[in-house]
Amino acid sequence: MTEEIIIAGFGGQGVLSMGKILAYSGIMQDQEVSWMPSYGPEMRGGTANVTVILSDERISSPVLNAFDTAIILNQQSMDKFEKTIKPGGTLLYDPNGITHHPTRKDIKIYRIQAAEASAAMGNTKTFNMIVLGAFLKIKPIVLMENVEKGLKKSLPVRHHKLIPMNMEAITKGAEIVEEVA
Amino acid sequence: MAETFDRPEIRTPENLVYSKTNVLTDNIMHYCPGCGHGTTHRLLAEVIEEMGIQSETIGIAPVGCSVLAYNYFDVDMQEAAHGRAPAVATAVKRLFPNKFVFTYQGDGDLAAIGTAETIHACNRGENMTIIFVNNGIYGMTGGQMAPTTLPGMPTSTSPYGREVATMGNPLKITELIAQLPGTYYVTRQSVHTPANVRKAKKAIRQAMENQKLNRGLSFVEVVSNCNSGWKLSPVKANKWMEDNMFPFYPLGDIKVNGELVK
Amino acid sequence: MKELKLMKGNEAVAEAAIRAGADAYFGYPITPQSEVLEYLMAERPYERTGMVVLQAESEVAAINMVYGGAACGKKVITSSSSPGISLKMEGISYIAGAELPCVILNVVRGGPGLGTIQPSQSDYFQATKGGGHGDYRLIVLAPASVQEMADHVKLGFDLAFKYRNPVMILSDGVIGQMMEKVELFEQMPRLSDEEVAANYPWATTGKPAGVPHRIITSLELDSSKQEKHNHHLQEKYRKIQENETMYEAIQTEDAEYLIVAFGSSARISQKAIDMARAKGIKVGMIRPITLFPYPSEIINKLADQVKGILTVEMNAGQMIEDVKLAVNGKVKVEHFGRFGGMIPNPEEVVKALEQKIIGG
Repeated sequence: MTEEIIIAGFGGQGVLSMGKILAYSGIMQDQEVSWMPSYGPEMRGGTANVTVILSDERISSPVLNAFDTAIILNQQSMDKFEKTIKPGGTLLYDPNGITHHPTRKDIKIYRIQAAEASAAMGNTKTFNMIVLGAFLKIKPIVLMENVEKGLKKSLPVRHHKLIPMNMEAITKGAEIVEEVA
Repeated sequence: MAETFDRPEIRTPENLVYSKTNVLTDNIMHYCPGCGHGTTHRLLAEVIEEMGIQSETIGIAPVGCSVLAYNYFDVDMQEAAHGRAPAVATAVKRLFPNKFVFTYQGDGDLAAIGTAETIHACNRGENMTIIFVNNGIYGMTGGQMAPTTLPGMPTSTSPYGREVATMGNPLKITELIAQLPGTYYVTRQSVHTPANVRKAKKAIRQAMENQKLNRGLSFVEVVSNCNSGWKLSPVKANKWMEDNMFPFYPLGDIKVNGELVK
Repeated sequence: MKELKLMKGNEAVAEAAIRAGADAYFGYPITPQSEVLEYLMAERPYERTGMVVLQAESEVAAINMVYGGAACGKKVITSSSSPGISLKMEGISYIAGAELPCVILNVVRGGPGLGTIQPSQSDYFQATKGGGHGDYRLIVLAPASVQEMADHVKLGFDLAFKYRNPVMILSDGVIGQMMEKVELFEQMPRLSDEEVAANYPWATTGKPAGVPHRIITSLELDSSKQEKHNHHLQEKYRKIQENETMYEAIQTEDAEYLIVAFGSSARISQKAIDMARAKGIKVGMIRPITLFPYPSEIINKLADQVKGILTVEMNAGQMIEDVKLAVNGKVKVEHFGRFGGMIPNPEEVVKALEQKIIGG
């Protein structure tokens, strides 16, 4: 199994940390992982994206031009990454703030109302975990118990009290993700 | 001259009035006759001997007339890149906090190319000693203008005299660094008369003793002549130094025990 | 149980430095490698091992601190990125001239000048051909993974002290910024001052009574002695070439075509090779792990076997010169590169292979 994923959105949406939790979850089940961020001025409020690869084999290129899955969280990223999804691949996006919806016919498209749901949960910081939950519902590439272990590894100990809330958000995301096409 | 050396019978302990410290090697110094470097070397070496710290002292001399200081001081020595001795010494002292560390730098080195390293080592309060020999000129490279060259003073790169309007002002780096909280002892001395030599030695001793107190950086400026660079005889160079250098670079303590002297 | 961590390449270097028993790190912030200093400052290595960490006032000061520490026989490391490495070059030349051991990490970004903060391999010439003034060589390691970033710190110190020579880890923004699984080696003890003095009698540790004082210098005013010193350095570099050349050969047994690439370009090329082989193109790769010494021998040997060689580099064509020297005209050698901070993708590499080597 090899899953090549791009996660893209605004800085501050938790794009990088979502990728990191996913990568740590992969390590927890003995997979090879890589996490390659866009870095630089983007980190300070502009667009942010990260390429995450989970594989049962040694990972070759951490930098890719084509992805199995694109998780898209703003319009700029939609413009940039919809076209990079491999035929038959998967696009997951939050329609909040999207003006030009995806048009590809050769991929599977899912929506997650994560911004809305995180606001309803009373904590917009759960946004990225709701998205992660949606992704793992569509592509259960890591076991939920390994996600919890991954959270523990990637969060500093002082934040471990937030793990139940994060797991709740992941469950929520899995519940409300909808298939578009 | 040769006769003296040919009469070993007079070289007896009871006739001994002066001897060279064993912290200086037997190598013949390359400094010009009348230059202050030789005396300043001797004073520092005597202090090291008197304190009994020869085996615990590490010296750093960067580019300048004193670049070959490692041939003269019989302690472990490092030669450093131009201006960088305070950075080099910072690492030595951080890694050997219980050893005695000194840099020995000229004015071009310390106050021009190495200004940043000087200021920051002083400001961090590195617990070491800087000996700064200021002769207002680049001696080693043949008498070019230095940051400390006085207004109107001719050098090979200011042949008509230093013109402040185009070449800038001389830099009183010692007064500048005395303002920094990291410096504990800042003084300006000279070695051109026996009385000044005694004072300068006392200052160097104080600066090395301060390392035991671990209170920060000690900085001893020695205003010296550069008779060959100034194109004067040693005697005239000393007179010129008194008449011109000292009014601009007045001798005396600038900061003692961490307090500015008023 | 082995300790697995998900770390950035830059963080792995920092943690590996602590574990390798380094005595000091001196550095100055610059993207994309500031995580090295940030990690060390957060980790308080002074409390873990006694390791000194200091943020210097400039890259120039930092490399001269390395000089001072290394001259004391201590294990010292610094890191920077391209413009900062240019600033360090004077000090690196002094370190090479005075034969001091140290490890220098360059997380390369695109240039020239201030350039970009994005990844590049455009400092290959600078790292392998000298960079600073004078006839000298660095031992240059080229990690292609976060694991190697950690391992090369330890290897770098071993080689640096074995040969009393500076070692450069030539990385780039991809390897520095990406996170991968790392298996960290066990904490090694720092040497005591007494052990340093006993192991490295050349070091300025404070002159013992009855022993000549030690002098660390790169200055020699007598040209005949300076020439002799240079002969000694060249002899050392020859020994390094004989004994320390490292490379990884990937699918070369049946290869009709060869890619030569190092660092992140090798990772990208690996994917390209998988794609090309799926199309029936028999292509293999030599990934130099040491860039100096360069694995010329194996490339020369494979030149007898393959029909053409493509170098893949994130620069305008630098390592290709060493490949051409190794091949010595036996077979066609072409270069494919993206630069200025652009990263080639595997599809582009396959296309370049087809157009420049197979079809060309």
